Formats: sequence, structure tokens, C-alpha cells
Amino acid sequence: MRRKELFFWLTLTCGIAIVAYILLPLVELMTSSSISALWESIQDKEVVRSIRLSVFSAGAAALISFLFGTPLAYLLARQDFMGKRLLEAIIDLPIVIPHPVVGIAILGIAGKNHWIGRLLFDLGIRIMGSVTGIIVALTFVGIPFYIHSAKAGFMSVSPRLEKVSRSLGASMVSTFLRVTFPLAWRSMLIGIIMCSARAISEFGAVVVIAYHPMTAPVLIYERFEAYGLKYSQPVAVWLVIVSLFLFLFLRILTTREVREK
Amino acid sequence: MIRTEALSVRLLSFSLRNVNLAIGKNEFFVLMGPTGAGKTVILEAIAGLIQVDRGQIFIGGKEVTGLPSEKRGVGIVYQDHALFPHLDVMQNIGYGLRYHAIEKDEGQARLNRLTGLLGIRHLMNRLPIHLSGGERQRVALARALIVQPHVLLLDEPLSAIDPGFREEIRTAIKTLHQNTNTTFLMVTHDFGEALSLADRGAILQQGEIAQTGAIQDLFHRPASMAVAEFVGMKNIFEATFENGIAHVQNLRIQLNAPVDPGHRYLAIRPEDLTVSRNSSASDRINCFNAVVAAVVGQGFAYEIHLECGEITLKTMATKRALVDLELREGAHLFLYFDPTAVHTF
Repeated sequence: MRRKELFFWLTLTCGIAIVAYILLPLVELMTSSSISALWESIQDKEVVRSIRLSVFSAGAAALISFLFGTPLAYLLARQDFMGKRLLEAIIDLPIVIPHPVVGIAILGIAGKNHWIGRLLFDLGIRIMGSVTGIIVALTFVGIPFYIHSAKAGFMSVSPRLEKVSRSLGASMVSTFLRVTFPLAWRSMLIGIIMCSARAISEFGAVVVIAYHPMTAPVLIYERFEAYGLKYSQPVAVWLVIVSLFLFLFLRILTTREVREK
Repeated sequence: MIRTEALSVRLLSFSLRNVNLAIGKNEFFVLMGPTGAGKTVILEAIAGLIQVDRGQIFIGGKEVTGLPSEKRGVGIVYQDHALFPHLDVMQNIGYGLRYHAIEKDEGQARLNRLTGLLGIRHLMNRLPIHLSGGERQRVALARALIVQPHVLLLDEPLSAIDPGFREEIRTAIKTLHQNTNTTFLMVTHDFGEALSLADRGAILQQGEIAQTGAIQDLFHRPASMAVAEFVGMKNIFEATFENGIAHVQNLRIQLNAPVDPGHRYLAIRPEDLTVSRNSSASDRINCFNAVVAAVVGQGFAYEIHLECGEITLKTMATKRALVDLELREGAHLFLYFDPTAVHTF
């Protein structure tokens, strides 16, 4: 066998360093709490409620992203038009804007100083300190991830397949349901998972908009502030387990896609 | 069956201008032209897959310019087959049946007839990924024809198929055309395909129709220099004409018919020239002494460049002819052609 070059050892060293950097704190966290502490914390109504709220609002954000993002993703995948690059940059903005700024920005239009805020108030919709507000914030940070993935899925379906379908008598809706969707659903599902994974981890925007009702990240922060590290760890472990479950699901789906190709 | 009037399409980097076509019922029509001339754009405009800027399209006497694709009765077959990858052969072929109010028995009968004609009955439960290129193209043909469209558009259907199978698919297309009432409109690069399949055709250049006519006429009677060059008229010369005689440099060439006063060029297809060693050939009309200037190999055939006075004529020879006539550089021989082979424009 040929002797490995210096560059190989360099890549190996960097690789190990990064893996250790990611895994060490996580492993430490996951093993920090005793089984009894974990059991105790899952019995805690406040913990269960916060995790349930996190999962529910992240799921709602993903559903909203799916409903509103799918047509837009399809448009971006199929059409070239003036200002398309600008539109794509706008869709990416939530990824680059600091999270607390997102919260403050949303409150800016949801407050009584803004006509939208007053309209919402008249309709009986509250953003500040409500589940609605949490979902608004999570959708804001999660939707770019769904649109990216769905758009990539649509782009991988040849427009010719749709053209052939139309020429055979199928309407646009029928073509979407019989050709485009069956070929792109996996990317759309991955988008939904990416979007909800991003949403479930959101803290900065949520804490500005709604400290109460408490999502899991806010609860973890509160326990840490009020009682210290030991108290926040079990809740954190439960949140990681839920997130990992989503992540694992995603990995299984993507590997199956690769094998089929 | 298909008529376009002053059809214009503007795309980002290309425009189709003022295309007027008239294709008869059950005709086999080809569109030829260099890459980027706009052949596929015409097909997609007829199929309703792209927006038309100006002009009108009629199919079967009915205007369809503003109609969506699914209301036009136009089938399309692409060179990359465009089979639905998630459906098996049977589902692919039957895809369009439900949109045409076809009874189940009738659909089954059509399926049997088409798959029989195309020899793909044994493939019904396979996915497209497990088919060869030729098999895929047959499935694509069956899928388009099962709904009995008024018009079938074929976008270079043979170019993505292995050379060995092209002949087969070409025959299949011919059989289908003879066995259906559908008008075929095909885009092709290949002159052999055009000549063997089509009745009439059009040549497209830079987004405009340069010439329309019977397929033989396109190759033998080009109307302009650009078309003559495109269809492989290798011998094109400036000429002056008087009383049925053409003068090209110092050659006197006999013509078959009087020439239009506006004509300035004379052209002869390379296949219409004959070379001979036999001096008795010199009794013929339009026979000239020639010297072989070059022999250029072109795969299975050779292009022979013959110096004839001050001009160089090009003809084709098989390998056998090369040996028999001892065609090598510097060889002296006779060259002749029939007055009917001479085209002027």
C-alpha cells in the first residue's frame, strides 16, 4: 500500500476534531442525568406540556409552510422571471436574521401601533404571549427550509414529463397529482421535517414573543436561570430525544432515496 | 390538418418569426434545420406548451391558439422518451385513456393493437428504468397514439437510440403512420430518416422557414444558397445562362429546361455525378475530363474531389469503386452527369 500523504493526515485530524467537538458535549449531556431524574422530569406536568407545545407548534409551522410554500416552491422550480433571484434572497432572509430580531420585528407589526396589529386585535387574534404568536415565529424561521427542499424536489422532475401528461389530456392539477407529486413527495416530506426540526429548536424569537406559554427551549432556559445546570439537563435530554427522532427519520428517508436511484 | 399563420414566438435568447405551415391530413411532415433553428419551438407551440406571441394555429380546421395543451388532441414523443418513471409500461401507455372517455374494452383493444404492432406485449409490467432505449421509445409511441390524437409530434425520436436499433424504430414509426389516421410531424437532423419517412417537409433557418415542399424537392431543388448548403448540395457554382446552356468558368453545361432569368447559381448533388475510366463516356452530354485532387475518407464511403477545368466537383464513392476505378490523387478520368441532375436557383 502507498504511504498516506501529509494531506490525508491533516483531513483525518480535522475530521476527528470536529466530530469530537460535536459529540462530546452532547454525550456528556445525554449521560448527565440519571434514569430516575429523567423519569421524574417526564412526570413533571410543566415539562410534558412544554414539549407537547413545542412539537405541536413546530408541526403547525411545518403544515403552514407546506400549504403556502408548495405553490411558491413549484413556481421557483419551473419559471424564470424578472426578480426571481431577489425573491429567493427574500425567502432566505429568516435564515440570516438574528433570532431575537425576528421576534422583535414580528411584535413591531403585531402591536397596537401598527394597523395590522389593530386589525388582529379587532379579530380577537393575540400574538404576544400566545400559541398563535409562537406558531407565527416558528413558521417565520422554518419556512425557508421547506421551500428549499420542495423546490429541489420539483426541479428534479423533468418538465417534459409534465408536458407529456398535458398532451395526453391531463389538466394541470391532474398532472401535478399523478406525475409531479409522486416523484417529488419525498423531497417535500424531507422539507417538512427540516422545517419542523428548525422550528422546534427556536428560542430567541419565541422568548421575545411568548415567554408564556412555555415551549421546551424556553423552559430549559428558565430552569437553568432559576435552579442551575442540574435542573435544566433532564428537560434538555428529552428535547434532544425528540429532535433526534426527527433527524433519524430524515436520514432513513434520504438514504432510501439514494438507494432507489 | 395543421396550419400556422404568421406564427411568432419570442423566447429569452431566440425568436421564431412569421412561420406559415400547412400540413395535410395523415401526412408525414418533417422539420429540418441546424441546431438552434427553432424546430422544437414550433412543435411545442403547436402542442400548446409554450406561449405564442403572434399568429394563429389551427388543428383540424379549428383554431387552437389559446387552448391549453390537453384540449388540442396533439400527442408528443421526445427524444429522451419522457416515460413516467414511477409507472410501469402498462400504466404509462394507459395514462391518457381516462381523459378521453374511452370505454374500458375499447381501451384494452387499442392497447392490444398498439403493443402488438410495436412488439412490446411482453414488457407490460416492467418499469421504464429496466427497458432499453428502443423499447422505451416504443412505449412512448404507444402512449401517445392510444388516445388517437389528430397530430403526433415527434422530436428527434431516433437520435437517442443506439445506431443498431434505429432502423427498427424507423420501421415501427412508418408502420404506425400507415396504420393510423394521425398526422405525423417530426423534427430530425438525419436526412436518411427524412427521406425514408416523410412526404413533405420544411427547412428552418434562424427562426424562419427557408423552404417548404415535397421531401425530394428539398434535397434536389433548394431555393437558396443556405438551403443548398444545408441539404448537402456540395457542388454549387455561380453561373451565367443562355439558351439552355450554363457557363461555369470555362465549362459549358447542357441544361434540361430553360432557366428563370433571375437565377444565378447552378448546383448538382454529389450522388448525381458519375466517374468513368472508359473513353466511350466522352460521347455523353455533359462529360468532362477530370483529375482526382483528393480522396477524403468518411467512414464507409469516400468523398472524391475532382478538378475539372477551373472548378472542383465533389462526388461520393464506395470503397469498392475506389479500388475498381483506381481513384487516387492525380488520376485522370471522365466525369459526367445528366442534364436533369442540374438544378439552378
